[in-house]
Amino acid sequence: MARITMREAISQALWEEMERDEKVFILGEEVGVWGGTYAVTRGFYDHFGGERVLDTPIAEAGIIGAAIGAAITGTRPVAELMTINFAFAAMDHIVNEAAKLHYMFGGQMVLPIVIRAVGGGGRQLGATHSQTPDAVFAHFPGLRVVAPGTPADAKGMLKAAIRCDDPVLFIEHATLYQMRGEVPEGDYVVPLGKSKVQREGSDVTIVTYSKMLELSLKAADQLAQAGISAEIVDLRSLRPLDMGPVIESFKKTNHAVIVEEGWKSYGVGAEVMARIYEEAFDYADAPVKRVAQDEVPLPYNRTLEQMALPQVEDIIAAVKEVLNV
Amino acid sequence: MDKSRHLDLYQQMVVIRRVEERSAELYQQGKIGGFLHLYIGQEAVSTGLVAARRPEDRVITAYRDHGVAINVGIPAKAVMAELLGKATGTSKGKGGSMHLADVGKNYFGGHAIVGAHLPIATGLALGDKYQKNPRVTICMFGDGATNIGFFHEALNMSKVWNLPVLWVVENNQYGMGTTVERASAVSEMTQKAAGYNMPSARVDGMNVMAVYEKTKEMLEQIRAGSGPMFLEVMTYRFRGHSMGDPERYRKAEEVHKWQENDPIGVYRRYLIEKGIATEDELNQQDDEAGRIVEEAVQFAENSPEPDAEELYKDIYVREQC
Repeated sequence: MARITMREAISQALWEEMERDEKVFILGEEVGVWGGTYAVTRGFYDHFGGERVLDTPIAEAGIIGAAIGAAITGTRPVAELMTINFAFAAMDHIVNEAAKLHYMFGGQMVLPIVIRAVGGGGRQLGATHSQTPDAVFAHFPGLRVVAPGTPADAKGMLKAAIRCDDPVLFIEHATLYQMRGEVPEGDYVVPLGKSKVQREGSDVTIVTYSKMLELSLKAADQLAQAGISAEIVDLRSLRPLDMGPVIESFKKTNHAVIVEEGWKSYGVGAEVMARIYEEAFDYADAPVKRVAQDEVPLPYNRTLEQMALPQVEDIIAAVKEVLNV
Repeated sequence: MDKSRHLDLYQQMVVIRRVEERSAELYQQGKIGGFLHLYIGQEAVSTGLVAARRPEDRVITAYRDHGVAINVGIPAKAVMAELLGKATGTSKGKGGSMHLADVGKNYFGGHAIVGAHLPIATGLALGDKYQKNPRVTICMFGDGATNIGFFHEALNMSKVWNLPVLWVVENNQYGMGTTVERASAVSEMTQKAAGYNMPSARVDGMNVMAVYEKTKEMLEQIRAGSGPMFLEVMTYRFRGHSMGDPERYRKAEEVHKWQENDPIGVYRRYLIEKGIATEDELNQQDDEAGRIVEEAVQFAENSPEPDAEELYKDIYVREQC
């Protein structure tokens, strides 16, 4: 198995799927000649040509609408939104069209679309370019929303997303592109909608995903030195949400901390906590805690921005609080 | 166009008229719920447009969509059943009046968010170009839709990529109750097409043959590789925007004036004057249309409600991906 970056893993999945199936094509802002703003599609334009790596105007509703229409005709478009913050300009097409057409027309229209969108804070891009609004999109039935936290999952889940006949919002985290990990070569597919235990433990369950998986793993290392054994469940998909491994882990540890990068109010943690209480209330030895972004638009200043984002220390403190140590 | 084709188109227009009249009654009886937007007065537009297409050409429209449904050949029964929310409707009763479609007839809806289907139309044409399908997409929308951003993104993209789309604005003079002059910086929609370097034309939408001829000509040019074109069809809706519209924004005299140009009457006179059909033959078509629609109403009323399980079907294509 090769040790490659998240960027390379995503790029590999796209490349292999385009080689495998001519119906797969990419469209988005700067995906072609430029090679992708985050360099994910570098080299694609020269290899696959401008029809399969289609540069678009800056028009997000137009991009997602075009992907929907093209998908209805039998192609499998992968639309790239330069950042998830720009998805708001395409909100109608994501939640009112992509998420609903299959159902609303009684199953007549099939929309195999992947929307790749880069999100996350921590790069001093200011309030409009730094959001983690994953929960917003996970609210809508009809969409699949995934956000892998390891290079292997990124490759495997992107392949599954491209082969899926439903619209999939594939959320990447900009600060994970350089992360390295073991990634199986060739046709490696990871089913969507499956949570996964990324680290086994016995004292507390940390439920997290995407960038916060990296921080949670670091927190677990430090907690281990203090004699605390944390189990980490990576949601990987937000819709459909697979609570099985979360509940199983919670029944074992009886304590849980949910870590997300987005805001706490109405967020992923709110949903997961509610589900834990609905499905395993009797197993709780202490109230579940959430670690999330402060409820502010993210500021530009580095110190202030980092103050607002969840840190490893916040996770450790929350774990110690639920364990009362 | 031969005589039987003329009679067929005439009958389609009358079927649309009867479907709409019966729908209004069924709405008032509480048998149709939600919103109901009638096509009465605009029948010549969709009839002329669809008559000019090849069967493989795609059609997509907004929420005033019953007319196109009839024109593409969806049985009036299935249309009426959808309006009544029945399992036998085009969308299994889950779409309603604003969401009629039949993918098998290359009719892609029936879209209720103003302008949102225009980028989708760009995509239909993009998909065809990508797969080298020699098809044209006909995208219909109202004058109100030309003021929303989707319109501009979609038209621009279609021109940049030279896609086979015929953009058709049904200019019925009002976006709900707001006149074109009060909502649009330019009153001739073709001026907006000019902004995207797109050839355009304007045609009398009360005259089905005028719509048909112009559409046919434009579709041929698009098929030959001209790229997208833009057609402004001047028309008028005789009824309110939707059921329950108090119509405070226009005078009855204005409506009556347009009604003198009733598209069915215009076509009828044309067919008789040209010696294509006799009064009797057209009356027979009227009777036949009435019979078709009455049968459709009976069918819809007698059709079953959707099964409860239908509520959870078709959220995803398959459970697992």
